[in-house]
Amino acid sequence: MRLHQLTIHEARDRLTSGEFSAVELSEALLERILAVDNDVKAYLTLTPEEALAQAHAADRLLGSSQERPGSLVGIPLAVKDVLCTQGIRTTAGSRVLDNFVPPYDATVVARLKAAGAVILGKTNTDEFAMGSSTENSAFFTTRNPWDLDRVPGGSSGGSAAAVAAAECLGALGTDTGGSVRQPAGFCGVVGFKPSYGRVSRYGLIAFASSLDQVGVLTRDVTDAALLLEVIAGHDPRDSTSIGLPVPEYAASLTGDLRGVRVGVPREYFVAGMQSKVEEAVRAAVDVLADLGAEVHEIGLPHTEYALSVYYLIAPAEASANLARYDGVRYGLRVEGESLREMYTTTRGQGFGPEVKRRIMLGTYALSAGYYDAYYLKAQQVRTLIKADFDVAFEKVDVVVGPTTPSTAFRIGEKSGDPLQMYLSDVFTLSMNLAGICGLSLPCGFDDAGLPIGLQVMGPAWGEEQALRTAYAYEQATEWHTQRPVL
Amino acid sequence: MIRYEPVIGLEVHAQIHTASKMFCGCPVVADTGDVPSNTAVCPVCTGMPGTLPVVNRRAVELTLLTCLALDCEVPPTARFARKSYFYPDLPKGYQISQHALPFGRDGFLEIETAAGPKRIRINNVHLEEDAGKLYHGAGGSRVDLNRAGVPLIEIVTEPDLRSVEEVRAYAAALHAVLVYLGVNGGEMERGVMRFEASVSVRPAGSDALNPRHEIKNLNSFRALADAVAYEIAAQVETLTHGGAVAQQTVGWDEARGVTYVQRSKEYAEDYRYFPEPDLPPVDVDRAWVAALRAQLPELPAARRERFTSDYGLSGYDAALLTADRAVADYYEAVVSAGGAPKAAANWITGELFRLMKETGQTIQTVHVSPQALAELIQLVETDVITLGSGKTVLAEMFAAGGSARQIVAARGLAQISDTNALEQVIARIVEENPEEVRQYLEGKEQILSWLMGQVMRATHGKANPQVVQRLLHVQLEARRQ
Ligand SMILES: [Zn+2]
Repeated sequence: MRLHQLTIHEARDRLTSGEFSAVELSEALLERILAVDNDVKAYLTLTPEEALAQAHAADRLLGSSQERPGSLVGIPLAVKDVLCTQGIRTTAGSRVLDNFVPPYDATVVARLKAAGAVILGKTNTDEFAMGSSTENSAFFTTRNPWDLDRVPGGSSGGSAAAVAAAECLGALGTDTGGSVRQPAGFCGVVGFKPSYGRVSRYGLIAFASSLDQVGVLTRDVTDAALLLEVIAGHDPRDSTSIGLPVPEYAASLTGDLRGVRVGVPREYFVAGMQSKVEEAVRAAVDVLADLGAEVHEIGLPHTEYALSVYYLIAPAEASANLARYDGVRYGLRVEGESLREMYTTTRGQGFGPEVKRRIMLGTYALSAGYYDAYYLKAQQVRTLIKADFDVAFEKVDVVVGPTTPSTAFRIGEKSGDPLQMYLSDVFTLSMNLAGICGLSLPCGFDDAGLPIGLQVMGPAWGEEQALRTAYAYEQATEWHTQRPVL
Repeated sequence: MIRYEPVIGLEVHAQIHTASKMFCGCPVVADTGDVPSNTAVCPVCTGMPGTLPVVNRRAVELTLLTCLALDCEVPPTARFARKSYFYPDLPKGYQISQHALPFGRDGFLEIETAAGPKRIRINNVHLEEDAGKLYHGAGGSRVDLNRAGVPLIEIVTEPDLRSVEEVRAYAAALHAVLVYLGVNGGEMERGVMRFEASVSVRPAGSDALNPRHEIKNLNSFRALADAVAYEIAAQVETLTHGGAVAQQTVGWDEARGVTYVQRSKEYAEDYRYFPEPDLPPVDVDRAWVAALRAQLPELPAARRERFTSDYGLSGYDAALLTADRAVADYYEAVVSAGGAPKAAANWITGELFRLMKETGQTIQTVHVSPQALAELIQLVETDVITLGSGKTVLAEMFAAGGSARQIVAARGLAQISDTNALEQVIARIVEENPEEVRQYLEGKEQILSWLMGQVMRATHGKANPQVVQRLLHVQLEARRQ
């Protein structure tokens, strides 16, 4: 097996045994990127010099008998470009931050570095994480490694494609309404969005503060557990991060599903979804039952409102979060004759159409006279959606369903129709609204050979339950071993 | 002719005295221009992408103390909210403030008016962050974010004020409360307290609430009083001439002494408030509130009351002494060091205040320790020195410190009560001024005090006035025969 195809846990074992060095591993990944990224276009910014310096440092640690190396020492990873990296350009996929170099690391980036990871570069994203295909990136569209004419999903499409194309061993993404899980599903990798508050948001360029969460994209469930263990935990810089201790996630991967209660929501099998997706997910549920899980049909009756609720709350928060891009302190500035002109031309030229659409939606939803009817009402329905899960998780340990209604669509197929684009997140939005965790892992392929994602949802702080279920399924199947040919 | 009465509400913004800013660890630096621009800043208070606020708990505690001091209801949950508007001194494009769930609501503050005490209702008390500062120059405008993120408390009244005097009394009383609580440092310089006043007028006795003018950004007590007085007069003038007052936001042109229109109602700003998602609701735990209530210091009104009952001071003196917490503390220190309460009040509100005013000092900076002043008061009360010498001693202590006894000794200021020595001086004065003595003996008794003055001058003010008066009287009466 070539070095770039290793999982994190495989590479870790072989680095520790001295089979190859961290520098060799990173060089292998950088070569792989050179070979395939012209086609995949996963990376916005590559940092080979920094990566090799980190790899050298990792080798010193690995060779030292004094220091116990961190759990990710020498592991080459990629970071979505909405996460701030000190001294490395961080664009959020936007012209307005084209030249922005943060003077600080996001907490998750600092934690990766502290664990000894090597950071290869910054991956493409829809502008400010607003989108489901990377087509809203101000720079270019990333391609799905399984079919270069198709989208990788989004907004963490660059990270998902980089993992699928073996351009890194794992990656960080962010998930506001499915932005880790949907591209994981489209690219045939594992994508895990933890519960809201499990991982610090400090340094995550905000889209919708009450929904955003940093997640991981990896080639298997074990790697997801390993990465999450490193980035999770309370951060005094993020008041919404939880003070609970972080479990040893990898230790929860027992492969044993006996007695685990699995809920299958009837609302997640809807008319119009791709039949092959439904088939694959139903088959996956059967596998879980075969492994000893108790399967229950459940109801999540407010699911149909999730999309409307999401598209009021997320844009409302975004409209305020993006107000800071005004040309005054950093990022793009287009000079004008007046202050007003500087604002309007900077923002007019700095933001793409989808970002502007959401700023306008959100501004409207918060306006005097409309607040109660839109924002406040949406928050009330959000409470009902959360209550659906509270009720469900009294009866079951995990909920299982499809990640997306269909497999990866063609580039350009939905970019002219925002509503069609929004619908690709219809099964992933609710977890963000409810603050619970959700994981997507491969569960089959459609007739075109495109991956299908199985979504495993756990309650808030129930990451272990979701990981355990996903791992048992993964052990029983071969889907995760399939790799795209590039 | 119709008599009009003004209806005035106030929003007071006061800087909260904390070591660090509201939502980051940056130090709060004085607004004196000594600190170079944009040096007390960090990624959080400059609104860098991805940064998040963390609440300064001390600022919350001082806010809650203020709520309790103003008899506010303190709801169990408070929330921060985003107030959105674009301005170059506002780094995030929104200010973190409070809206639906402030820390306090429905309180009051009692003020003294000509007609007796009056309660001014408080609508709400909330906590927010300050913006930065803009400097406009020939080469363009500069932004300084040193102030951005400094905690501010905002106290909003109901429209209960009915005159400029009440506005002044309210502002002074509120200032005193904030200083007593340690919320505000008590400096009276510009900007530490800022005001917005909403002013309307109506026929006296009416209950109508007419369209009002909101006067923004009044940076001093003086600007507040002047702007409110101007608005009242201007609105009465308009109505008297059959005009109408439209709802407007106005600014105050201090140089010209007039208000000017900033925005009319149609262009009112929509701040699009919504709960701050980066900060969880603040759980205002009842035990926490109880602990804070126990920490409440004696407030100005209670202290004034105690000064009149315990020290026998007049209401006027008690008010003068308690207006500033530091002065009241100083006064009590003088009394507990042995200064007679009434005399101490007279010395402080008279000579000491005069010297402070002349030199621009505050009670915190004066060289006269409470012990030194108490000693001085005792020296005067026991006739060791005269009142006049006492003033000389105080002036010297004020200039250079030191103890009263040392100064009295060094300057030889102890009173002459020795009858023999004084009789000789008096005899000489009587001898030298036959015309004045004659007038006195003819019945012009006020000449006595002139003659006393001559004796005091001849003894360099050290003579005991009571002894002089008695001896002079004896010698003059002896001349009648
Ligand atoms: Zn700061």
